[in-house]
Amino acid sequence: MQMREVKQYDRTMLLSLLKQMLLIRRFEEKASQMYGLRKIGGFCHLYIGQEASAVGAIATLDLKKDYVVSAYRDHGLAIASGMESSVLMAELYGKVTGCSRGKGGSMHFFDKEKHFLGGNGIVGAHIPTATGVALAIRYREQDGVVLCFFGDGAIHQGSFHESVNMAKIWNLPVLYICENNQYGMGTDYRRVSAVTDFSVMGTSYGIEGKQVNGMDVLEVYDAVGEMVQKARKEHAPSLLELKTYRYKGHSMSDPARYRTREELDAFREQDPILLLKARMIRDQRLTEEEFLGMDAEVKKECEEAVEFARESEEPPLESIYQDVLA
Amino acid sequence: MAQVTFREALRQAIDEEMQRDETVFLIGEEVAQYHGAYKVSQGLLEKYGSKRVIDTPISEEGFTGIGIGAAMVGLRPIVEWMTFNFSLQALDQIYNNAAKMRHMSGGQFKIPAVFRGPNGPAEFLSSQHSQALQSIYCHCPGLKVMAPSNPADAKGMLKTAIRDDNPVLFLESELMYNWKGEIKSSESLIPFGEANVVREGEDVTILAFSKPVRLALEAAEELAKEGLETEVIDLRSLRPVDEQAIYTSVKKTNRCVVLDEAWPYASVGSHLCYLVSSNCFDFLDSPVELVCSEDVPVPYNHRLELAVLPSVRKTVQAAKKSAYMV
Ligand SMILES: Cc1ncc(C[n+]2csc(CCOP(=O)(O)OP(=O)(O)O)c2C)c(N)n1
Repeated sequence: MQMREVKQYDRTMLLSLLKQMLLIRRFEEKASQMYGLRKIGGFCHLYIGQEASAVGAIATLDLKKDYVVSAYRDHGLAIASGMESSVLMAELYGKVTGCSRGKGGSMHFFDKEKHFLGGNGIVGAHIPTATGVALAIRYREQDGVVLCFFGDGAIHQGSFHESVNMAKIWNLPVLYICENNQYGMGTDYRRVSAVTDFSVMGTSYGIEGKQVNGMDVLEVYDAVGEMVQKARKEHAPSLLELKTYRYKGHSMSDPARYRTREELDAFREQDPILLLKARMIRDQRLTEEEFLGMDAEVKKECEEAVEFARESEEPPLESIYQDVLA
Repeated sequence: MAQVTFREALRQAIDEEMQRDETVFLIGEEVAQYHGAYKVSQGLLEKYGSKRVIDTPISEEGFTGIGIGAAMVGLRPIVEWMTFNFSLQALDQIYNNAAKMRHMSGGQFKIPAVFRGPNGPAEFLSSQHSQALQSIYCHCPGLKVMAPSNPADAKGMLKTAIRDDNPVLFLESELMYNWKGEIKSSESLIPFGEANVVREGEDVTILAFSKPVRLALEAAEELAKEGLETEVIDLRSLRPVDEQAIYTSVKKTNRCVVLDEAWPYASVGSHLCYLVSSNCFDFLDSPVELVCSEDVPVPYNHRLELAVLPSVRKTVQAAKKSAYMV
């Protein structure tokens, strides 16, 4: 597979991409551990393996004016959008200091200030709302862009098809980003899709579609960056299929028996973090020591996040009546 | 008599009906290769093949409507929704097609279909994944609604539902699948509209269905310690509902507590309160009490979640209130 050369990119940016991916990885490992210790309950969908897609895509945005909208596999996307790991961990713990005050949990991260709009547990349900955010941008004549992330399972919902059509007829600045991690729960996408190249689904609505190697953060960065510019300047919606992989089961309760170890191992060979690291080391943009230092830093951050979550207060009982209506 | 789980009882019902009638088939997300998200369809794909145990894409509106279409021309689909939370995307198909087809075609079409899956609150899942939606389905004429509370009933009721020529909504509960109970080896169908007196008592009637029946029985134990003999009625079918059984009991006990996990406003619970209040007015010694969910979305935080849902304590309180003991 052809890889992007790191030479053409700014070193500070490369370091930042690497560090964010590493932070997501370590955060998810921590979440998994804390779930095992029953500090976190309910459904918990980990993002391990998909780091390049959140980090590469969101790095192209200016979150002062752009937005990110996500489904329930939202931890990595929230971190890449600049949300604090401590606040996210507190939400997983159901604490009042969590981003949704303990009422949302793993599937419902939100941060209005940081333009991170969910965290939605219903497959496909956030695709129209993302499109609505794009409508509001055009309504106010701003130049923001919306990235709407969803899985390969969600692309068959009517909500996707209805949204893409409307985005096109009204020229809305929205990128539909299908993170094709190959499975919707236990279902291989090839079993439930009439086409296996999802980028063609843009063609039927007259919008540009592209398949991208979602394990290469630089390829994601370039491809999303190009479409973001088109959305900003020409108000053209587009569809990107990021080919990626989740290393873990669908959620903490899924042993993922529907796939082979060989398949998993093959994807581990293209681990997005190791791929970037290897290229940076080869081109003398990074040393092994720097990498280890960076890793120690993010691990410490995750430890502190757990500490913060643990020490935070439970939401008060009366808060069940809060935030039902404005 | 054998001890089986609720999950196994459902599986047996489906298996036996598929065996008996080749027009019966199962369709839904993950029902075939994954054996059902809650493992209800374990072994059915192997036995009946992919023609009769059909995996679908995540397309609730689509595959629900497909079931209805197939039923219009003589097949008997069992449509599995991974949970009732997602059935809301298929609500148009249920309300406007399944429920009305017979009526608006002047009786030409019948819809012998079952729509089933877990309904009601679960644990640590927050608002979109933890809600009791029976009121929505009971509201619409042209539908039948059943909600078993134990394995034996689940089997007998599901078989009845599959053989019925009407659209039947069959409500299970995520937390009940592992519940065990005795089940007869011989066939025992349980008809619509036949409630079950699961505990006899003279002092107060508790009306319940589905998972809360267990809660009602526990409350009854508590109440017995305080000298209050409780009659617990498991309604089993919600539409049609066994009005006679309800009135007979209330006329004996002169007090009534209704237990429903749903929100209070315009609910099955509130309708039952209305039925009892207007049909047993002369026999009631106190107002009918309703124990239900607080009128708020269910929060993720477990302490808040427990505060929102009905409990043994709340049920005991309500019964004592109806007996002027508090
Ligand atoms: C409307 C709806 N149907 C079913 C589900 C249950 N469910 C949760 S996640 C999931 C698989 C989704 O897969 P995909 O869209 O590929 O996202 P991924 O989990 O791979 O990130 C399913 C079926 C749901 N949450 N919402």
